[in-house]
Amino acid sequence: MKTENQKAWFFVLPVLLLVAFNALVPIMTVVNYSVQETFGNNVFFWQGLDWFEQILRSDRFQAALGRQFLFTFLILIIEIPLGIIIALSMPKKGMWVPVCLVLMALPMLIPWNVVGAMWNIFTLPKIGLLGYFMNDVLGVNYDMTQDPLAAWITIIVMDVWHWTSLVVLLSYAGLVSIPDAYYQAAKIDGASPWKVFRYIQLPKMKTVLTIAILLRFMDSFNIYTEPFVLTGGGPGNSTTLLSIDLVKIALGQFDLGPAAAMSLIYFAITLLVSWLFYTLMTKDDAK
Amino acid sequence: MTIELKSAVKTIRGITHIKPTSLVLETGHFNVLLGQTGSGKTSLIKLMAGLDPLASGEVWMDGRDVSKLSTQKRNISLVHQFFVNYPQMTVFDNIASPLRVAGMAKSEIQGRVEEAADILQLRPMLNRRPQELSGGQQQRCALARAIAKESRAVFLDEPLANLDYKLREELREQLPELFAERGAVVVYATSEPEEALLLGGRTALMDDGVVTQFGPTAEIYRKPGNLTAARVFSDPPINAARMSKVGTTATLDTGASWTVSGAAADLADGDYTLAIRPHHVTPVPAGTDYVKLSGKVLVTELSGSESSAHFELGAEGWVSLAHGVHPYEVGEAHDFYMDASQAFYFSEDGRLVA
Repeated sequence: MKTENQKAWFFVLPVLLLVAFNALVPIMTVVNYSVQETFGNNVFFWQGLDWFEQILRSDRFQAALGRQFLFTFLILIIEIPLGIIIALSMPKKGMWVPVCLVLMALPMLIPWNVVGAMWNIFTLPKIGLLGYFMNDVLGVNYDMTQDPLAAWITIIVMDVWHWTSLVVLLSYAGLVSIPDAYYQAAKIDGASPWKVFRYIQLPKMKTVLTIAILLRFMDSFNIYTEPFVLTGGGPGNSTTLLSIDLVKIALGQFDLGPAAAMSLIYFAITLLVSWLFYTLMTKDDAK
Repeated sequence: MTIELKSAVKTIRGITHIKPTSLVLETGHFNVLLGQTGSGKTSLIKLMAGLDPLASGEVWMDGRDVSKLSTQKRNISLVHQFFVNYPQMTVFDNIASPLRVAGMAKSEIQGRVEEAADILQLRPMLNRRPQELSGGQQQRCALARAIAKESRAVFLDEPLANLDYKLREELREQLPELFAERGAVVVYATSEPEEALLLGGRTALMDDGVVTQFGPTAEIYRKPGNLTAARVFSDPPINAARMSKVGTTATLDTGASWTVSGAAADLADGDYTLAIRPHHVTPVPAGTDYVKLSGKVLVTELSGSESSAHFELGAEGWVSLAHGVHPYEVGEAHDFYMDASQAFYFSEDGRLVA
């Protein structure tokens, strides 16, 4: 006779506890704030979905969301192709491989707030190397503290500098895993370099590129530290991305209810877009 | 159609992969490159295909020097041990790809692809992608590409090594037919002696980056030019032992002795290496002139209708391969009988002398 009991649940318990503390409890706290008005001394009033409605209707949120999408779109459209091109031009074997890999990894090793500070000092007019060079040597009017366009260009270039390496390293890993036999087959058929890329390298890089695009989407969509240190969201609100706006509401104005509602909306959007990306990119394999 | 190597040499970063090799490969039969892993079979194929540059020497095709010609212009096909197909293309497009690059008319491509697909039974799969096929089908797709191309030379680099047993047998039977009337030079690399024998034609034995012997397969099997060749062309490995001959009496280092006859009787007195294939060493004597050997049985294997026993003969490990099931006791001494008339005799420097 087989004895049946419920002991197996004990084995699930550790994971349950971990997930609870890791995700469930913090999120529920946020959900809690998002449906109530909070006063001092822990006095709460039920608000229902008012905060969500208020956030979704507010021009401020819509503008920040628009900027966020624009930022993410721009960095993806620059970093992904650029990363692939750099990976393709890196040596596949020999003594330069480790050198290239270390050089590529360097920007990613720098703490994020240091990246922001570096670029701030680098680009300040008069003081910064780049600022001085652009204004006083080239005579181009460049001031990211005053000019929104200059500020945008600067945060985009900074992110490209900081994170293209990730795409490079992932693509490179995909590239070196392609057996020589494929290149030989292409050579025998007389395929052009474009066809080699289109029919051998790209399909073989697909998995890692999916990961690269997802990671870059999520990271850039949630970006906070570097642009905050670099521009502080300015000039005006021109580089106030979603997370910067969120922190302004939550900590600057201490509006916990709206901030919590905005957090949840923010989270939902990130999740939804990631899911869309993933589904679209892996559609072919599922067949 | 011929491929000719004229003292071709290949070196990569100072290491010689192919020592000066001269070889004439012809159409009409399989040219088998037989050698162990690392003996230079693939290197030699890459040289002929133009995938790797020659360090010195020449490669000729059809009486023309093609040493400087790019791979594409040599008009060749290559089928790998790994199933190499373009992952994003359908089977049809895979087979058609070299024809498209060559700028062939659509209707002709259609015809050629369908013909090749029929030969390899790929018709129902023409619209699928390679990853949706089984391993055998993927390799057939690669073979179909080589056939549809109708190239001057087809290189098959251990094409069956990654297939399961049944499929391997099936494809091995079909391969000679597939290429028989195509007029291309077919070069087939393998590490299995049995495969070389089954495919027939001519065999080039390779060892350490050099072709040690080239000729009709059966002839090489019967008369391996040296001890290394005999070792390469035997599976399980050939048995060898040191031997001395005085008058008509041969004596192994381990003590067994017998009266030599035939060509071996004419050998000058002295030391030789005797080599004998495992199936000429049996646990039961089949004739009165069989030489009795005795050794401790180390490992026994039963494969279908044959049993093999690995046993110690002096310092050497010997193998016996015999029909039927034989009762061996591992760890115990057992008597074996060698058909000395089938033995090869090699001189001190490794050449076949009788």
